[in-house]
Amino acid sequence: MSELQAQLREWRDAAERLVPPWWGKALAGLLVAVGVILPFLTGSSSGFLNGTIVAVAYAVMALGLNVVVGMAGLLDLGYVAFYAFGAYCVGWFGSGFFFGVRVHVGVSPLTSTLAGIHLNFVLILLAAVVVCAVAGMIIGLPTLRLRGDYIAIVTLAFGEIIGVLAVNGQSIGVGGGMTLTAGNLGISAVDSPWFPGSGSFGLLDLRPWYWLVFGILLIVLFVNLRVRDSRLGRAWIALREDEVAAVSMGIPLVKTKLMAYAIGAAFGGMAGAFFGAYFTEVNAGQFAFGFSIFIVAMVVVGGIGSIWGALAGGLLLGYINNYLIPDVLNNLPSAFGLSFQLSSVSFGIFGFLLVLVMTVRPQGLFPERRRSLELTGEIAAQDGELGSEPVGPA
Amino acid sequence: MSADAAVPAAPATLDAPLPPPILLAQGITKRFGGLIAVNDVTFDIPARSIVSLIGPNGAGKTTFFNMLTGLIRPTEGRISLDGRNITRSRPDVITARGVARTFQNIRLFGAMTATENVMIGHHSRMKAGVFGAIVRPPWVMKEERAAVQRARELLAYVGLRRADFDRLAIHLPYGDQRRVEIARALASEPRLLLLDEPTAGMNPQESATLAAFMRQIRDDLQLTILLIEHDMKVVMGVSERVTVLNYGSTLAEGTPADVRANPAVIEAYLGKEG
Repeated sequence: MSELQAQLREWRDAAERLVPPWWGKALAGLLVAVGVILPFLTGSSSGFLNGTIVAVAYAVMALGLNVVVGMAGLLDLGYVAFYAFGAYCVGWFGSGFFFGVRVHVGVSPLTSTLAGIHLNFVLILLAAVVVCAVAGMIIGLPTLRLRGDYIAIVTLAFGEIIGVLAVNGQSIGVGGGMTLTAGNLGISAVDSPWFPGSGSFGLLDLRPWYWLVFGILLIVLFVNLRVRDSRLGRAWIALREDEVAAVSMGIPLVKTKLMAYAIGAAFGGMAGAFFGAYFTEVNAGQFAFGFSIFIVAMVVVGGIGSIWGALAGGLLLGYINNYLIPDVLNNLPSAFGLSFQLSSVSFGIFGFLLVLVMTVRPQGLFPERRRSLELTGEIAAQDGELGSEPVGPA
Repeated sequence: MSADAAVPAAPATLDAPLPPPILLAQGITKRFGGLIAVNDVTFDIPARSIVSLIGPNGAGKTTFFNMLTGLIRPTEGRISLDGRNITRSRPDVITARGVARTFQNIRLFGAMTATENVMIGHHSRMKAGVFGAIVRPPWVMKEERAAVQRARELLAYVGLRRADFDRLAIHLPYGDQRRVEIARALASEPRLLLLDEPTAGMNPQESATLAAFMRQIRDDLQLTILLIEHDMKVVMGVSERVTVLNYGSTLAEGTPADVRANPAVIEAYLGKEG
């Protein structure tokens, strides 16, 4: 087994020597190009394109959660809260929900005649980033003194609180007969994104939606990569590795952790705002605890802490959940004479996949480079715990 | 030991002008519930000196260290650095003021390379924030390059082989981990360096080398060193002053020779005769 691994490593190193240094950039450019032209290869309202759009938005969420869970090592089980905040930004600032006021900024001439707050989608996206960053820090505050599993419990509780707040918000008045949320009835007739020249996005042609979410993904990916290789990203890893040593070396605990919560939440808010607009409805029922776990599963399957892993995990589970199961394989059980649809057991499938990944490849599909180095260090014989005293003569 | 003569003697008489203490701890007490870990310790460290804190296991040495670096707060007492009160300051603020430390059981960041570990030490001297990280203006790139450069210089200074600069800390041999930890502490540009049992797990030869290195650091970088150490040869050879803690209280204080001759110290270490 180890011989095989050594052989594989040798081949990989040889392959690395073969490729020119600009290979990474060329590959990235190629992938972006494929991403841009993808909608032309499929129907403009195909199930595949719909699945892709949702999967890309999932990947944005996975990338956001990866900042908190992967890079900073803070297990957040209430991430769905930021989906909710982002989506409600669309409900609040892009619909007739607050019917008592009339605010219009950068919206189509038709929308300008409607009551309520109507902002351009870019402004809503910015609002979602700000609201979620602040909410992320507020949720992060009580976890600062906690470690490990205790953080998970507190964030889980916060996710639930936000979910309940979304449901009960229909009874919370904000004046003028208006309420905070519409609970399970949902805020519907949400504005479609509109840009000068593009017109309002419709549901017959999904391509503009796709390019919008693809653009969001590229921004989030760029920010992720830049932050990872920075003073802040290093500080996160140091905190994750050893909190006591990190603060003793001059890393401000509160500021650094809150920054992770804020950035992670902001990305979740962007995806949430996109979902709010894409589903044309903001319903409290969308923000269930199970979704938090689903996003954690994306990060874990991809490889905790790895940006490319979070991207792959989000896309993979997104495609399986929104294309493969409902569109392609849904009637598979009936082919075996079984009378149920595959989508009714989707969580069983995810559970199986998770167990499979944990058994076969526990570090995830695309593990963080430093984690795989940790596992396959070239001098494994000498590896000990940090600070363990040498066994033999030094 | 001949090393005693080589080191300038600690100011023994009051008429010689005392260098101002860089650190002053007055009446420090730490209680954990009913347990008194450190009891009314008053202690000062003259600038540019090497001072040792010794005592049997459980005497409260590391607790005292943790209070100096802000990891825990004293129940009573006051700690000042260069005359400024740091008793209730956060650890990162104290580091920024110029105090750095190493740990008794090495606490490197295992999944980071040696260079990255040292760059973490430099964190408090860097400025780039989240927007700097995303936009990467030229000054951020310059700062980052300078930090890498500085980290590599420090690793070379503590004697790490160049080939090991980019290896993960967890893959380095024990002795090299100690070196990286010292480099990481030095990267924060301290004026006061706290070393918690730096020779633990070293053989006598390595310990002697490290003792010489401590003096070299002090002279090269013009800093002050506070040392917790069990190896008496190192303590007596390198320190200008020694403070002995026992059961959380100061048992004795003075030059190495004084302390070595003190009957109370001998009793604490060897037990009472008869």
